Amino acid sequence: MALQAIAFYLLAFVTIAAGLLVVSAKNPVHSVLFLITAFFSAAGLFVLLGAEFLAMLLIVVYVGAVAVLFLFVVMMLDIDFEALRDGFAQYLPIGGLVGGVLTIEMIMVAVSVATNGAASKNATPLASPGGVSNTEAIGRVLYTDYIFFFQAAGLVLLVAMIGAIVLTLRHKPGVKRQDIGKQVARTPKTGMELVQIKPGEGISE
Amino acid sequence: MIGLPHYLIVAAILLTIGVFGIFVNRKNIIVILMSIELILLAVNINLVAFSAYLHNVVGQIFAMFVLTVAAAEAAVGLAILVTFFRNRGDIAVDDASMMKG
Repeated sequence: MALQAIAFYLLAFVTIAAGLLVVSAKNPVHSVLFLITAFFSAAGLFVLLGAEFLAMLLIVVYVGAVAVLFLFVVMMLDIDFEALRDGFAQYLPIGGLVGGVLTIEMIMVAVSVATNGAASKNATPLASPGGVSNTEAIGRVLYTDYIFFFQAAGLVLLVAMIGAIVLTLRHKPGVKRQDIGKQVARTPKTGMELVQIKPGEGISE
Repeated sequence: MIGLPHYLIVAAILLTIGVFGIFVNRKNIIVILMSIELILLAVNINLVAFSAYLHNVVGQIFAMFVLTVAAAEAAVGLAILVTFFRNRGDIAVDDASMMKG
């Protein structure tokens, strides 16, 4: 139990510190790397709760896909990041005030819900009820009761993929592309031209 | 003894950091998108913590759907960002009024 507490406080501290560094780092590449750190330690928190499947999904989806996508975009675009930090000091007081008030309110609500709500009956976490592994417990519910939601999630991803491709696709002018319809419709009449040339003279287009 | 309140407090602080990041980085849309990812991560921690302490697996199912939507949102958001950068040459979004909306 003591080991669990040490692990929790370590992971929680790293998550929060990395989150703070994400929003305050001068270089966005560092921000992305701190974001990856935050996701890793949040995955550790999930493992502490017993939700191993979600933890691995977090690493695969966030660290493997989303964070790398961020890194790719940050490094690909040539942006003057110093100019984008103009308002940082200006908005720091109001941001800190709103953040502080929000934190205090949410911690009060969270503690009262956790100590008086329905979840307060169970002292220990159990992420996979029914005596099966966590992945099996999720699969049993996901593919039966929530199958339509699962398919809707797939549809969301499909639409997002098509949307991202449509947004970023561009046709460069001057690139020759094959147009099969045009090729098939070609006849001798449209494809060549008969020219009478006088002897001794050249031909210019 | 680590209980549900500990996890909820971590999630609350992380969500506030995300909101704070949107406040202080008003021009830099890349950091704004990362702050949104932090907010969604905090929501996921909340969902998984409640799922574990209520002994009910449905919270984790919902966390999975949140993860899906977050991935889709990041992909589309970055695609819009790349298009915006191509058209404008920078990504300062505080005076983005190309659509005259």
